[in-house]
Amino acid sequence: MSNNFNESVSELKPDLSEARLRKRYRAETRFRIYGIAAILFAIGILALLLGSIVTTGFSAFTQTEVALDIHYESTLFDPDGTGKFVPLSSGNYRKVVRKSLRDLFPEVTKRREKRSLYKIISSGADLSARKYLLSNPNSIEKTKRIWIKSSADIDSLNKGKIKRIVAESERRVKNNQILWFDKLSKENRVRRTFNFTLFSAGDSREPELAGIWGAAVGSFLTLIVTLALSFPVGVMAAVYLESFAPKNRWTDLIEVNINNLAAVPSIVFGLLGLAVFLNFVGMPRSAPIIGGTVLALMTLPTIIIAGRAALNAVPPSIREAALAMGASPLQAVTHHVLPLAMPGILTGTIIGMARALGETAPLLMIGMVAFIVDIPKSFTDPATVLPVQVYLWADAPERAFVEKTSAAILVLLVFLVAMNLAAVILRKKFEKRW
Amino acid sequence: MSTFILISVLLLFMVFAYQIGKKRVLQTANKDHKKLHSLPGYYGVYIAILCGLPALFITGIWLSLENQIIELILLSELPDKLRTLSTGEINLLVNDIRNVASNNISSREPSEPVLSAALRYNQLRNISFVSLAVSCLVICIVGLSIGLKKLNPSMRARPIVEGIARWALLIASIIAVLTTIGIVLSLIFESIRFFEVVSPLEFLFGLNWSPQTALREDQIGASGAFGAVPIFAGTLLITLIAMLVSVPVGLLSAIYMAEYASSQVRGIVKPVLEILAGIPTVVYGFFAALTIGPSLRGFGDSLGLGVASESALVAGLVMGVMIIPFVSSLSDDVINAVPQSLRDGAYALGATESETVRQVVLPAALHGIVGAILLAVSRAIGETMIVVMAAGLAANLTANPFEAVTTVTVQIVTLLVGDQEFDSAKTLAAFALGLVLFLVTLVLNIIALVVVRRYREEYE
Repeated sequence: MSNNFNESVSELKPDLSEARLRKRYRAETRFRIYGIAAILFAIGILALLLGSIVTTGFSAFTQTEVALDIHYESTLFDPDGTGKFVPLSSGNYRKVVRKSLRDLFPEVTKRREKRSLYKIISSGADLSARKYLLSNPNSIEKTKRIWIKSSADIDSLNKGKIKRIVAESERRVKNNQILWFDKLSKENRVRRTFNFTLFSAGDSREPELAGIWGAAVGSFLTLIVTLALSFPVGVMAAVYLESFAPKNRWTDLIEVNINNLAAVPSIVFGLLGLAVFLNFVGMPRSAPIIGGTVLALMTLPTIIIAGRAALNAVPPSIREAALAMGASPLQAVTHHVLPLAMPGILTGTIIGMARALGETAPLLMIGMVAFIVDIPKSFTDPATVLPVQVYLWADAPERAFVEKTSAAILVLLVFLVAMNLAAVILRKKFEKRW
Repeated sequence: MSTFILISVLLLFMVFAYQIGKKRVLQTANKDHKKLHSLPGYYGVYIAILCGLPALFITGIWLSLENQIIELILLSELPDKLRTLSTGEINLLVNDIRNVASNNISSREPSEPVLSAALRYNQLRNISFVSLAVSCLVICIVGLSIGLKKLNPSMRARPIVEGIARWALLIASIIAVLTTIGIVLSLIFESIRFFEVVSPLEFLFGLNWSPQTALREDQIGASGAFGAVPIFAGTLLITLIAMLVSVPVGLLSAIYMAEYASSQVRGIVKPVLEILAGIPTVVYGFFAALTIGPSLRGFGDSLGLGVASESALVAGLVMGVMIIPFVSSLSDDVINAVPQSLRDGAYALGATESETVRQVVLPAALHGIVGAILLAVSRAIGETMIVVMAAGLAANLTANPFEAVTTVTVQIVTLLVGDQEFDSAKTLAAFALGLVLFLVTLVLNIIALVVVRRYREEYE
């Protein structure tokens, strides 16, 4: 019967199954290609992101320096000519630095030209001159060749970021400055060295004097506060919810609440910090202690969730064995279950800390965006953190801050990669299959 | 700094008390452990808790209320002329006093009453600290002596200590609830103050947003308009673009990884995609502003399109990239959770792999994917740094992705960063926006949870 039916159908219609099959296979291939394209797109953007940051940021690790022959006259420390010497640290070093520049280019006489000549070197040049003399006090009345930072614009010129072919009116380095600079480099007075300032200084308005050390210390202090608050509280909460909480409505409420808190936008935590910690409690503005507290509340859900998962993975037989040996429930947890769950909890904590390290938005709300030059020394000093420093520099009008921003991002990423690697290694090393 | 010293002294006291307790109970039991009800350490902890915990507790409460009380005292002592000022000006005054007191640069030259108030402020703070330290000491000693008096070998130290420890655990888990309550209360209180000035209807349905309010009475042209519709529209536009990027890319890569990729490919690609999730958002913001923005603008110019350098498209695209791993890892989980038997059934009926995915696996995983997308939307709405750095500030009511729009989070940041007085409608508006943001993301999260739970297909 069915045979007859099939035959009659095939008589009526041409056999399209071959074509249909081909079409279906083409659809199959297309679908696969979409998948591969999606993955390639994501990886491509990641590569573009990292590539653009590395290429713009790499040059910030070097800094152009100019050699000046500085003559430390003794009159430097006797400004009134009365023989009353001021201490070495308060001499007028700007004068000697500028004089040494003028000596190099005696043809420069007009005031405007002189001013643009001084702009070749950094405005912090007098500090380097002073630093040299303070460490070599016997060079008074002698001429010493000292390497001094060039200004950010000359640095960009040397690194090829300011193009010479651009019309003079459209670049920040003028033609005569280029001529002077070329003369200096012909006399081997120009070099590029490792930029120690980037890793030792705080923020500055001058790109060549700005560094990330202040922000790094701020990040460190903030993370210590975050860790000190969120780790104990998070572990305790996880232990309670996993081992002691009765199964009732209140426990459910706490659980739902923790899950929701994990999804609250970070900026809302900033608003909480502003309204409660800053305005109500009166914690010091811009300080690591308030930043750390806000970030601690933010990372708490992460630690609790990771902690519960880790505690849950420890087999109940361990606890039961401890109870059978006469341990109290609390002893069973603290002596046996918790140590076994610790690697998992630590992994979650490190990941939470990494997220806190990269967090910016809530800190903007509590004043950690202030322009802070000093390196913070305690938890209550005004400070900023690495991501906020990135934000501040990205907003700065000077072109030279672009490479500094990328360099700061690179440092931040190095820390993040290190923390995540630590978490992965910890997980690999201590992961146990029961 | 002195508070840190106080707390460390208290902690030292506790260590000391622990040692005393342990030693004392062993002495009373003549070094015979069998006579003790609990291990000697528990007696030590018992004494340490009695000695230190009340003092630490009081320190915490004291420090959190100290500021408010000192402010009240200060205000009550101010000359009558200053006391009649509006609340905004009083807040400014208090800020000045605090700045002068801590030797910061104040916004204006301190006047005579401010100077004397600053002196008084420092004096009050010193009094407060000394009285706190003294009362802590007294409490410590009283606690220690009570504890030592009660101490005897038959005392049930372990149950007592464990009872306290359980309370501590409970309190730790309640902190998360307290955080939520704190968020809700602070947002609601400040929003109520905002809505006393601006009607909620105007805020929710007004079409004009220019939050610059006049600081002085006689200032012209800055009356402030608080219609938030352009902001909501801008947020939605950027979120929509982000979703158009992240949902197809995230979903397709999740499908490829779960259904097609070999385990080696998966082992490499999955961590690489997760790197995208680990990059700080400020880095994405910088990337958007530095690389994507100018190149999209150049591209648009070459096509004859006027693309603003801070267009919604740039922010949306980069935000979409940021959310890709979020969508893909959540979808990956649900796709993997679909039982193999369903796939095998489809293959047995002659379906190709892509047909199986589209007609069997995706419908079975739909609840999880919808949940993932909702969570991603809530993440996109709350994302701050990318839009702060790559989107505009001006509130344009437009659906054109090439124009600059602003978002809720951008407005919160611009309203609250920089110099601010804490009572103008301008700063309070940020809290109203924050409340909207919190409620919307909360509702999205709850819906996502409900979707995932209710529409889960059970396969056994």
